[in-house]
Amino acid sequence: MDFINHQLFIKDINVHIDPILPKKTAIITHGHADHARFGHDHVIATKQTIDIMKIRYGDKCAKKFTPLRYGQKYSIKNFDFTLYPAGHILGSAQVLIEKNNHRLVITGDYKVGKDETCKNFKLVKCDTLITEATFGLPIFQHPDPKDEIQKLIRSVKINKNNCHIVGAYALGKAQRVMNLLRQQKYDERIYIHGSLEKLCQYYSKEKINIGKFEKVSSKDKSFYEGKIIIAPPSALKDRWSRRFPNPIICMASGWMTVKQRAKQQGIELPLVISDHSDWNELLDTIKKSKAKNILITHGQEDALVYYCKKQNLVSKPLSIQGRNDEEIE
Amino acid sequence: MKKFSSLLHNLILTPSRNTKIKLLQDYFKILDINRAYALAILSDQLSFQFIKASKLRELVYEQVDQHLFDYSYDYVGDLAETISLIWPTNKEGKSQNLSTLIENIKKIKKSEINKEFSKVLSELSNNERWTLIKICTGGLRIGVSERLVKMALADLYNKSVNEIEEIWHGLEFPYENLFQWLKNEKSKPKIDFKKLFHPMMLANPIDEEKDFKRLDANEFQAEYKWDGIRVQLMVSSNSVSLYSRTGDNISSAFPEIIETTKGDAVIDGELLVGGNFKPSGFNDLQQRLNRKKASKELQKKFPVFIRAYDILFYKGKDLRKLSLVERRKYLEKFQKENTTNQIDLSTIINFSTWEALTKYKNNFYDDLNEGVMIKLKNSEYLPGRKKGYWYKWKKNPKLVDAILMYAQRGHGKRSSYYSDFTFGVWEENELVPIGKAYSGYTDKELLVLDKFIRNNTTNKFGPVREVKKEIILEVAFDDVFPSNRHKSGVAMRFPRIHRIRWDKPINEVLSIKEFKKEFKID
Repeated sequence: MDFINHQLFIKDINVHIDPILPKKTAIITHGHADHARFGHDHVIATKQTIDIMKIRYGDKCAKKFTPLRYGQKYSIKNFDFTLYPAGHILGSAQVLIEKNNHRLVITGDYKVGKDETCKNFKLVKCDTLITEATFGLPIFQHPDPKDEIQKLIRSVKINKNNCHIVGAYALGKAQRVMNLLRQQKYDERIYIHGSLEKLCQYYSKEKINIGKFEKVSSKDKSFYEGKIIIAPPSALKDRWSRRFPNPIICMASGWMTVKQRAKQQGIELPLVISDHSDWNELLDTIKKSKAKNILITHGQEDALVYYCKKQNLVSKPLSIQGRNDEEIE
Repeated sequence: MKKFSSLLHNLILTPSRNTKIKLLQDYFKILDINRAYALAILSDQLSFQFIKASKLRELVYEQVDQHLFDYSYDYVGDLAETISLIWPTNKEGKSQNLSTLIENIKKIKKSEINKEFSKVLSELSNNERWTLIKICTGGLRIGVSERLVKMALADLYNKSVNEIEEIWHGLEFPYENLFQWLKNEKSKPKIDFKKLFHPMMLANPIDEEKDFKRLDANEFQAEYKWDGIRVQLMVSSNSVSLYSRTGDNISSAFPEIIETTKGDAVIDGELLVGGNFKPSGFNDLQQRLNRKKASKELQKKFPVFIRAYDILFYKGKDLRKLSLVERRKYLEKFQKENTTNQIDLSTIINFSTWEALTKYKNNFYDDLNEGVMIKLKNSEYLPGRKKGYWYKWKKNPKLVDAILMYAQRGHGKRSSYYSDFTFGVWEENELVPIGKAYSGYTDKELLVLDKFIRNNTTNKFGPVREVKKEIILEVAFDDVFPSNRHKSGVAMRFPRIHRIRWDKPINEVLSIKEFKKEFKID
């Protein structure tokens, strides 16, 4: 496993995984901006991740693209790469790297729970596991997203003169919230912030059931009474949100577990809907992977490192530059 | 319990005051015993004798790994929330009545607390558990003041909030008489006013720019503002008792006052330490605070007295509707009739322009007064912090530039931000910490500091981060004392971040020697 360094860089063959700066060859786990960047020479990823990168950064955001199917092996010299579903968002992948019989898995961001908007997580056995730890504290035990989405539906029913603005990341979370609403038989048209439009269209094209949606326009204020509007979190505090009638500010995120967090951000209706694994799922994945060597990145590493050591696993935090803290999609 | 905990959950997340009032009213409309418990909890009058924060920690350590709990608590910054989230079982559904639950908890024997209370916690949902722990630790901090609860009730039943305020401290659980009066079933509860703690009249900070233009100096008089503790002294022929600002009876800690005071009155004043009516600073007063009793030796070493500001009752007569000037006459009369070595009168400062008052605020008693109180001459004695009557005008704080050394995450509304800052000055070529502050900065400055800390951590000690020594903080503080508990040899009173000094290089910060010299510490 010493073939890869703390920046997820494989020096022997000059390959990076999710690099922040433009590089020669980049394997991209998924389309979120802290993983997928503009300007690499060669991008290797799932077709859907490549599509998403092109939607966000333009067709020429890399010089060359190599799309891989899940499970398809790709070799560079004596390194074999295979992508497996990560269950995080549409197109998200874990990366299995095999060299001389050593199997190393980089999970990227992942969640174990069910999700109709992407291929569900597949457990890959390995010797070394590099896992994310966004919610790497035992306080994070995600509830059933169906119950959370029901809270929203109930509130919409009760507060007929208000509109509900749901903060959700433009890529992945927004579409998941829409899909969850559809699963719970909410059939009304859903209104979206302009920045979500192209991604929602792409999800629809990929046959993800997000139902009818429409970009918010400068309609009469009262038009939005009783409606659900989905917007990126940054828009909640913006002047943008003031155009709506008595908005109830909601947020769909794993961080909403902590009331004080919700309060700080001015969220009135927190919805604990996460696209990351919770504490128990992280532990379960570590155990079932059979890995003896656990490297932990992205988030709350300390508690997870402590836990692994207690289980007699070799473990240390991996601090990846530029991803120090909590503002991760 | 489910209803009450979702009330608290909604209250904490609702920014709008009107919505909060409405949520409270919707809850209080339900006519049952839960309502009385809810009122007791919301006004912070319910507590369990054996279950405090330390006990709760003990219980949670029995359930989960101590280190994992500590990591989580550091992250969340709120004990109730951390315990409620980390507790291993989570049974939604079987919900108990708020009143039944509390009564059952009260019945638990001390020897069985660990087992029985853990069982209770295990049978609740997350949110109910959070509520119960909040009740146990007291001080809900959900953005609802006692006053707001009274307003909600007053508004719901068409009463005036002042009427509720007046009888409030004479009411007792389960508040039957209050609710009967509110519903117009019975007349207003009769309260023995002589035995009752009366909510104190408090001052607002003066806004130098706005208020001095607006207010006529001739309608006001001033007194020095003293840095002791505000007290209410109740004297009658058969008993004397002393109350703190929050209505706690603190008589037993100050026997010399209780034993010597005579007369029949309710006095408002400041408790200070010092002999011959010469106050000797808050540091000395601290030796007498938070003690249940005071030994003879302690009484001799740190004698206390009351500097009287005001009088509320005199020989059974309610003076609160009189003007300040009228009340003062009664206060002087009381003092003349009952002179002791334990009570003196606050000096009145007369002035004709705001300009003229400045010198009293800043200089007169040098370090011993904190500034001045400015009071409307014809103000009635009104409970609470009403605007337009009493103002406080504090001395300009002392200032020092110091270097940011360590940071820690804050609690409550600042949880998750690195908002507790330790700063220091030079000692030879090293830095020595002189204080810690967690307020004073603007929201914007906090974000900048938080970001700096995350990107410039050089070392971690548990929850404490050491940072690159680059940022200079201008720290404001009320006073500084010698201290042998700190490496630097000094202890600051109420330090806060005044601003960030982007303009100053770190080698221009004072040394500890220079600091002590400047603030006259030997």
